[in-house]
Parts: sequence; C-alpha cells; structure tokens
Amino acid sequence: MLTDLDPIATAPADAAPSDAANEVQVYLARQNGKDLLRFITCGSVDDGKSTLIGRLLYDCKCLFEDQLASLEADSGRFGTTGAGQLDLALLVDGLAAEREQGITIDVAYRFFTTERRKFIVADTPGHEQYTRNMVTGASTADAAVLLVDARKGVLTQTRRHSTIVSLLGVRHVVLAVNKMDAVGWSRETFERIAADYRVFAQRIGIDEVTCIPVSALTGDNVTKPSDAMGWYGGPTLLGHLESVDAAAEEKLGAFRMAVQWVNRPNQDFRGFCGTVAGGALRVGDEVAILPGGRTSRVARIVTMDGDLETAQPGQAVTLVLADEVDASRGDMIAAATGRPEVADQFAAHVVWMDEQPLLPGRSYLLRAGTATVGAQVTELKHAINVNTQEHAAAKHLDLNDVGFCNLALDRPIPFDAYADSRETGSFILIDRLTNATAGCGMIRFGLRRASNIHRHASKLDKAARAGGLQKPCVLWFTGLSGSGKSSVADRLEQELHRLGRRTMILDGDNVRHGLNRDLGFTDEDRVENIRRVAEVSKLMVDAGLIVLVSFISPFREERRMARSLVEEGEFLEIFMDTPLEVCEARDPKGLYRKARAGQLPHFTGIDSAYEPPDAPEIMLKGAEQTADEMVAQVIGELRRREVI
Amino acid sequence: MLLDPLFDTRPAARDLPQPAPASGVEDALPAILTTPARLTHLQRLEAESIHIMREVAAQFHKPVMLYSVGKDSSVLLHLAMKAFYPSKPPFPLLHVDTTWKFREMIEFRDRMAQDLGLDLTVHINRDGVRQGIGPVSHGSAVHTDVMKTQALKQALDAHGFDAAFGGARRDEEKSRAKERIFSFRTATHRWEPKNQRPELWNLYQGRIHKGESIRVFPLSNWTELDIWQYIHQEAIPVVPLYFAKPRPVVERDGTLIMVDDDRLPLKPGEVPEMAWVRFRTLGCYPLTGAVRSTAATLPEIIREMLLSTGSERQGRVIDQDAAASMEAKKQEGYF
Repeated sequence: MLTDLDPIATAPADAAPSDAANEVQVYLARQNGKDLLRFITCGSVDDGKSTLIGRLLYDCKCLFEDQLASLEADSGRFGTTGAGQLDLALLVDGLAAEREQGITIDVAYRFFTTERRKFIVADTPGHEQYTRNMVTGASTADAAVLLVDARKGVLTQTRRHSTIVSLLGVRHVVLAVNKMDAVGWSRETFERIAADYRVFAQRIGIDEVTCIPVSALTGDNVTKPSDAMGWYGGPTLLGHLESVDAAAEEKLGAFRMAVQWVNRPNQDFRGFCGTVAGGALRVGDEVAILPGGRTSRVARIVTMDGDLETAQPGQAVTLVLADEVDASRGDMIAAATGRPEVADQFAAHVVWMDEQPLLPGRSYLLRAGTATVGAQVTELKHAINVNTQEHAAAKHLDLNDVGFCNLALDRPIPFDAYADSRETGSFILIDRLTNATAGCGMIRFGLRRASNIHRHASKLDKAARAGGLQKPCVLWFTGLSGSGKSSVADRLEQELHRLGRRTMILDGDNVRHGLNRDLGFTDEDRVENIRRVAEVSKLMVDAGLIVLVSFISPFREERRMARSLVEEGEFLEIFMDTPLEVCEARDPKGLYRKARAGQLPHFTGIDSAYEPPDAPEIMLKGAEQTADEMVAQVIGELRRREVI
Repeated sequence: MLLDPLFDTRPAARDLPQPAPASGVEDALPAILTTPARLTHLQRLEAESIHIMREVAAQFHKPVMLYSVGKDSSVLLHLAMKAFYPSKPPFPLLHVDTTWKFREMIEFRDRMAQDLGLDLTVHINRDGVRQGIGPVSHGSAVHTDVMKTQALKQALDAHGFDAAFGGARRDEEKSRAKERIFSFRTATHRWEPKNQRPELWNLYQGRIHKGESIRVFPLSNWTELDIWQYIHQEAIPVVPLYFAKPRPVVERDGTLIMVDDDRLPLKPGEVPEMAWVRFRTLGCYPLTGAVRSTAATLPEIIREMLLSTGSERQGRVIDQDAAASMEAKKQEGYF
C-alpha cells in the first residue's frame, strides 16, 4: 500500500494538488480504475504454496507492523523454516488445526493490491481428502497457480489439480516451478518439468499455460526478476498475474438473469431483483420468462441511484416489465431471441463432496441459479480418475469423486452449457435430509429425448377404475427381514378381499425373481430396486387398486421418493417395528445366520443400515401384537382415512 | 451535519480525473454502447453484496441484520437500502448493547434507525448487568463472552432469527479469511471450521433444520480500504469517533483509552489528557484503543490509513488474548 501512495506523497507541488483531499481523490480515482483478478493457488503439502502467498503479501507490502510482529512470534512457536527465519506460511494458515499440523485444510481468501490490479487469492488445500475445498476455490477463479516442487516435478497431485482446474473452467493456468533454489537454479530441470506439463495440459484441454521458475523462500521471480536465473526471460509470477486478461469472456452474448426476489413495496410497483448473469440489457428489450416462456418488454431498470438505460453482466438490478406477467424466484428472465435451453434432463460432470456416496436413482435437491428442483442421476456413465484422467465404470460416486452423468429433474429448468456460462451452466446438489451441499455439477448439454416423449392423457381416471369400491392407495410395509411384513401384508390382503376390495400385493422376494432379477444388494441396486417397485405401485394406484408393498426398503430417502410419486394421502407408510433381536431369533429364511457367518454381505441390520421412518402413518409392534391385532389396526386406520 | 468536511472537498475534486460515480452509468452510456463495459472494483463488490442480501431475504423466514454501529455496519446498512429499493430492507436491525459502547455510538445508532425508518431491536444481557459484568472489573474475555457472545445468542434464540447478517471481512483476521459467506451454525450457535459447507460460484445454500441458523457476511471480500473508499464515494454517514478531535484519554500499556464516562476507574496518578485522537475501529470504549491523529475529514482518514503501518484490529484489546482467540470465540458463537 505504501508503494501505491508514495508517488503522490512525494510529487512536486506543481504536479498534484497539495491538500489531502485532492491527493486522495487522485489516488482513489486510480484505485477505482483498477480491475480485479481472482486466482487460486494449489499444490501439495510441501510445495510451498502458503509460503508463496505469504511472499506475495510481504513483497507487496500488504502486511502491517503488528502482523509482522505476531508472525515473528508465531514463527518461533510453529515455524518450520528454522531459527530466525520468518515462516511466511503462517500468515495464511489461519485455523488452529492448520497451524498445528502445518497443512492447509480449508480455502483462505487473501487480498492484495499492486500498482496495476487488485487481487483476491484463494489458497486451496492440496490433499486429496480436501479436493472439495479446492473445487470451492476454483469455482470463482479467473486464474490458477499450480505449484510443483522442482525436485519432484509433475506429480499425481499436480495432475489432479489440473483436472479440477480444467473441469471448473479456469481460463489461465500458471505452473510455478518452486524451490528452484534447491536444484541449483537449474535451467534444464525447469525446462524438463515445463515440457512434461505442457504435454499433459494439452491432453486435458488446458490451452493456455505459462511456466515460471520461482523460489517462494527467497522471492526469486515471485515479485522481482531473479539474478540467479538469468537464463529465464519470461515475466515474474506477479508480473504475469498483473497482465493476464481478467474480464470474463462473454460467450453467451444474450441476456440472462435469475429472479432472486420479487420486490412489491405497494400495489403499483412490481420489480424482479437479480444479478445479470450474461449479456447486456437495454430498456425496451424483449425478454422471455423461463421455463414458462411468456414474453414482455423491459420497462425500467431500477436502482437506488436512479433508473438505468442499460445493465451489464455482474450488475445487481431490479427489472420492471411492461406487462403483468407472472415471474417468481426460480424463474429466469432471458433475451427473447437467444434463449437458454429449457429441459428436464441433461448431461453433466459432477464432483461429489459428501461422505454419503452419490447413488443413481436417489433423489436430491438441485439448485441452479435461483431454481431449486428435485433431481436424480439416471445414469452414471463413467467416473473420471482425477489422478490418471482415465474413465472407469462406476456404480456410485464417493467423496471427492468426479463422474459424468445424466440427470433427470422434477420439472424443466432453463440453463446453458457450463463452457458458455459459469453462472447459468452450474448447479449444486443438496442432500434432502442433512441439507449438506453434497455435490456440484457443470452442465455439458441438454438431453432432447425427454422432450420427445409426451404423456398420453387417458379418458378414465383412477377413481373411475376403482369403481367407487375404494380410494386407491399404496400401503408400504417397511422393516427388517423377518419383522413380519409379508405375513401381515398377506393376511391384510385376504381381509380386504373378504371385504370386497380390489388389491394387489408386491413382495420383495417375488419381485426380485422377475422384474428385478438383474439387481443385487449393493446400496446402488437397493435404490434401483425400490425405484422400480415404486413406479409399478404408482401404475397400480392408477389402475384403481389398493397396493400392498412389502419391502425391507431400508433407506428413508427411497421411501420418500416412492411417496412423492403418488398424490397426497395415497401413500401410507406402515412400519413393522420389530426389534432386531426378535427378527434374528425368528430368522424364518436362515438369512441372519448366513449374514453373521459372513456369507451374506450387505444384509440389512447386520452390515447394512436400516433407517427407521420418522413419522410412519401406521406403526405395528411385531414383537408385541398378534397378526390379527395388527390387521385390525390397519383396517381401522383405512376406515378412518376413508380408503375403504 | 456529520460529513460537511467531505462535501466541502467535492467541488474542487470535480476538476480532477474522476472515477465513474456510482450514479453515473447514464453519463457513461456512450462507452457502454461501444465497448463491452467493465464494472469497477467497487461496483463488483457492491453487486456481490446486494446479491447475497437478496438471497437471504428469499431463502429465510426470519433474517436479522446485526448492527454494530461501526463503519462496516454503516456500509452494510447502505447496501441493504440499495438491495431492496424501493422497498425497505425486509428484516429488522439488532444491536447487542454491552452497555459499554461509546455514547456517540448509541446516539448515532438511534438517529440512523429513525432517519431510515428501520425497525431496531436493542438487546442487553440483563443477567450480565445484574451480575455487574464489565470490561474493567472482569477483563475483556469475560466481558466479551457474557455481554457480547452470550447476549447475541440470547437475542437470536428469543426472536427465532434463522439468519443473521454481520459486517465481518475476510481481510480482518486469519480465521475470518477461512469462513464462508453463508456460514452454518448449529442449534447451539457453534461454528465448525473443519466442516464448512462447500460454497460454489454464487450459489449460496441456506437450507437448515429448525433451530439451526446461518451467519451471513456480505462484506467478506471487501478490504478496509474498499470500505473507506465506498463510504467516501457514496457519502455514507459514520460515527464521528472516526474523525480526529481533542478527546480525554489515558495511556495504558501503550494503548490510548478514551475516558468516555465516569465508569473508567483512574489509577493512582493517572490524569486524563486532552489529545487529538480518533478511532480506526469501534467497540466497548475501555477495550478500544485510540490513535493519535489530526485526520478530521474522510480524505484525511483515507490518506492516514494508506500511510499507516499498523492493522486496524491492533486497537482491539480482545484480539490479542491468544493466537487462535478469534477462532475459539467464533466457535462459541461470537460473530
């Protein structure tokens, strides 16, 4: 900062106004003219990444005396650079655990300014187990500085970081070959590493790479050209970062704005608030409200500082439209000509960030722009090994895995390809139960086949098919193996039949002999097993039947999905709450014995979890009630709910 | 009027090369039409903060804005007025009053709420008052915990707020630099630094279970200089304590403490001197160090800050307790 003001402070009287006010005005004018570059640094544990950032802050004089004093104190306590040396890494590793372990766990954001530009650095961790944190930092970066240790060259983690940088669409990549001091400033070493890397980078689609030999420890080629490496004729790291193109490339060229909030202070004003995600907008432009597709014209672009004639990408504005059209949060306002794609299926790269694996068929919440919809991965085409970039078949994605998949949504949303727009081509996946941000995705392309299948509306509905005998519904029995689901369902069906009702029973074992005989017992297959049964039971409800489903169905999420397929009130969850000990003692099929002997992997209750329902419609105590009592309880509940 | 000195400098400044003022998009229109226009650094920061605020208004049932009366709060409030214009911000202001704030802060707070027509709730930890907790008698750690952290938790619980805006910036302190913009808190208000939600692109994720909450930091990416530059550009009112004038102070352990009322016990031989001082940061007056300064206008303050060799938190007694003190306090529920 000092360097920035010095020229003014010492300028001759005739060159600048002498009083503080004018001096500061000139200074501020120059500050305001600066643009902003956001970059990430990535490297493995001891590549010296935090030291490099510390060096940038230190050399750009962005540290204050008290910060230096506490750095000196900390260097003594935690430092790894030896007595009397400042350990610059301690400037950035801010969490207690990081300082103690000497590693970076989470993204840290740092700010510095030079004569030419303002910078936000996201210091991201190198460990594979913190890949999701690196993805977080990369999602908003314009440039990436990848560090390698000159003594080790391009390693697995460099390739991993590069893959993520490429996936997240970071446009400028710098390979900083660090610790050149430790290899005798060897030109040959640098050139070999640089050549290795360029070959690799091109293969994974990184077009622009700049390789720079540096020493974060000594500062050579970080902010000042290196005397020791006279053979290097390129820019310093900082010099390069000051000159790369910071402005995001505008590839869309057409207006996009997700509606965040509808502003209605009174009857006469209705504004749609949002941030312009792409394209420019001018008053009078024709826009479409998507996914609906109604069109209108922009009447006003409102801000507190006054109405605007035009709005540009990055601006937060409030739009007033010429017509009374309905738009709400989750809709996108887009140029009427040059619209985004609207579909309920697309192919995307997904990075998984949750301890619970991503299972195809499981329902998640997908957030894209301001829209939140239900979504599931319908096909996991392949996983990408981030270390080798090889594609491999996969049934699920674990924490930090990357996959390429098809997704299906509950309803269509507007989007663009990620390659064209980070804002309108990205999404996150949210776990419905824990609310965790479980994954993120980059859309490649929409899938057309969804739009060519139209629902056929039939003349008869399910009430007609039920013929006034009953209200069609699903009675979903869930519980451990041996809890009594099938026998109670069986007796209940007989009783309903005696009462003259039309029923059908779907039993886990029976369905696995036919429709689901291709499925095993892994978590992925269990999810698919339930999805098919849920779809079949929905068809049977449409047929007017009372459907008795008897499946262990261990996961809450799948039962919730089955419930969501039918209408409100048509799904009754019946929990056979029989303790594991009782089920195991009964062991009607001898399965528990096998499972305990290790001959039956993934057996629910033994080595695969059972998630009991939170609020089942009917709760049966299998160990305490007789079968007749349980049947009577269900019949009573069906009468109360006017199912029969 | 508070900002008169600043306004006086403006006519003269018009002759100088000027940045595009925030309201000057129309003036700059020809440029927008012919070249792909680029937002300035401050315009970008402003837009990002507004985007964040609107997300909170849309995603939460009962948000609140923590108003601490300092310069960052002033900017936060100004941005909130912009974000929802022509509506008023759809959330109240909450001030956690430790009863040891500078008197001028309290006057300023009440006037701002009135001028802007906003709903202001003031919360004081009555238990703490009954026990006579204060920074002088109990030290900064106990006082801050009881009168700030615990008081804040009481207020959030009592009103059932599910999101709370704070004015913290990532450049202030190392553990803040690691915090998300939407920062999840457990039902007991704890921050889990090692288990933060990934926060990607501008997709801020605020889904929570009952009792949990999110602390929101719209100024995360602003620096101290950005704050002052924006206050200057937008002529935002700030508490007069930021401007230098003669004030009664005593020097303790190298820190200048202002004698704001008669609750500060003077040590034997200690006599308050009138000195030209101002504050870079504001809090409880016995815990806030003044700096000697003659900077009485915004440009002078900015100039002084640019030439300063100490960081703004230097004046905060509470941060110097331990290396990881902020992280520990934040885990306990401190903002």
